[in-house]
Amino acid sequence: MRASVIGESRLLRWTLTAVALAFLGLFLLLPLAAVLAEALAKGWDRYFHALLKPDSLSAIRLTLIVTAIAVPSNVVFGVAASWAVTKYDFPAKSLLLTLIDLPFSVSPVIAGLIYVLMFGLQGWMGPWLQAHDIKIIFALPGIVLATIFVTFPFVARELIPLMEEQGRAEEEAAVTLGAGGFRTFWSVTLPNIKWGLLTGVLLCNARAMGEFGAVSVVSGHIRGLTNTMPLHVEILYNEYDLVGAFAVASILAFLALVTLAAKVGVEWWHGDELAANRRH
Amino acid sequence: MTGASGVNTGRIIRRPHRVIPGFGATMGLTITYLSLVVLIPLAALFLEAAGMGPAQWWGILVDPRVLASLRLSFGGALLAALVNGVFGLVVAWVLVRYDFPGRRLVDAAVDLPFALPTAVAGVALTALYAPNGWIGSLLAPLGIRVAFTPLGVVVAMIFIGVPFVVRTIEPILADFDRELEEAAITLGALPFQTFRLVILPAVGPALLTGVSLAFARAVGEYGSVIFIAGNMPGISEITPLLIVTKLEQYDTTGATVLAAIMLIISFVLLLAINSLQKWRRRRTEA
Repeated sequence: MRASVIGESRLLRWTLTAVALAFLGLFLLLPLAAVLAEALAKGWDRYFHALLKPDSLSAIRLTLIVTAIAVPSNVVFGVAASWAVTKYDFPAKSLLLTLIDLPFSVSPVIAGLIYVLMFGLQGWMGPWLQAHDIKIIFALPGIVLATIFVTFPFVARELIPLMEEQGRAEEEAAVTLGAGGFRTFWSVTLPNIKWGLLTGVLLCNARAMGEFGAVSVVSGHIRGLTNTMPLHVEILYNEYDLVGAFAVASILAFLALVTLAAKVGVEWWHGDELAANRRH
Repeated sequence: MTGASGVNTGRIIRRPHRVIPGFGATMGLTITYLSLVVLIPLAALFLEAAGMGPAQWWGILVDPRVLASLRLSFGGALLAALVNGVFGLVVAWVLVRYDFPGRRLVDAAVDLPFALPTAVAGVALTALYAPNGWIGSLLAPLGIRVAFTPLGVVVAMIFIGVPFVVRTIEPILADFDRELEEAAITLGALPFQTFRLVILPAVGPALLTGVSLAFARAVGEYGSVIFIAGNMPGISEITPLLIVTKLEQYDTTGATVLAAIMLIISFVLLLAINSLQKWRRRRTEA
């Protein structure tokens, strides 16, 4: 790091560093440690026993299915939206950007509620859905929709500043040389944005696997059927099965750490290919 | 906060219009997906809420339980965002300016609340701050109770807000022109004067953005709060939980109106912060 200029004393620097580390340790590190300690409080046997229960396994499976649908959908949308926003000029661009960011400022609980209003039994499409025997709320489609809503902006947010910075010259050159739109994207744009895209996918994926509030409203908490991993943590916790709750929580925490490690890896080796001013 | 990235393309040099193909396809997909997933369902909420008469709205709003929950959600979020503003600035400063063993690891750890599921954070914080937990047992002899009180709500809101402030300030601090600082020092400014008069004004807008992002996130937060809150109606019950409770009691009307009230307050606050930023920017540029 560069040397400090403003000439604060060594004591002040140490104090500030200590304050920063204490704050982060207290609010970030300790909770993580607590998850592991609680999960292993009764030993490894109980830990694995809790994880291998059928309800836990089906929660893990459901979470993987939901993520496998929600993340690719948002990747396709995120890439298309970033392309549309950065490669063309059109009126009301800033309005579109605001709308893309909108899900970040809506409470996850409200995200769940809006789908209940649309597709629930008393909802707008409720009678029609029931007549055709289609279940959305308290079933997989509702969980996927709620997950898509809360993870909606991640990929676009990561890509738009990056593609903005890279400009349009390379794509215009490719088009002039006769490449079609898809070819231009595949051989010119994608190689330029791949690391930014990966970062966006990682964040989107982490949030998709961990979403609680929105999914909680639309899932109906049917054990073994519509329980995702975070919901399963809640159920076990409320049943005072602490080892079970923290065992499932430890898997989620592990996935979070893998996500962070992958993100740090991308930033370490390909930092120059990410947007200069990252914003979340 | 929204759209604050201020992306503004091709305004200065007008390139020939839409040389690159695919405008219709990508824009069509964007608008369609955005409408189906976000805009139509949100509009449904507001239409549904607007269908109730003013009397019904008023009746829901002045319910003491509702008022208490709004006070806790918005007040707690404000307090948590301010705490994050202070400590986030210190953390960003230390991470950008100082070198110490493990700095990169600490920098990576700042993103933990983005990656860690909120329910996991919730049960972990509860385990820590419960009267028999690692931190709770230290505080109990002092008569301080965190878990199952409004204080616990604030602790959870601080947790989820950490990265917003740090990550918004970091790039600004890193890009800050050191010559200005050197000039201030040369002119005889003390470290604190330099910080207050030279650095803080430059970081200010980013700090405000970060704090408002943390605030917006904390207002709507559910997963990490409900475990540690204890959820006593009127005392430690946040608005999102009250919405869920109403929904579970088949009071869809109450849930919808309360959700609309919450969204309107949030949007008005964010709009005010955005306008404040714009006004400040115009004033400093003029």
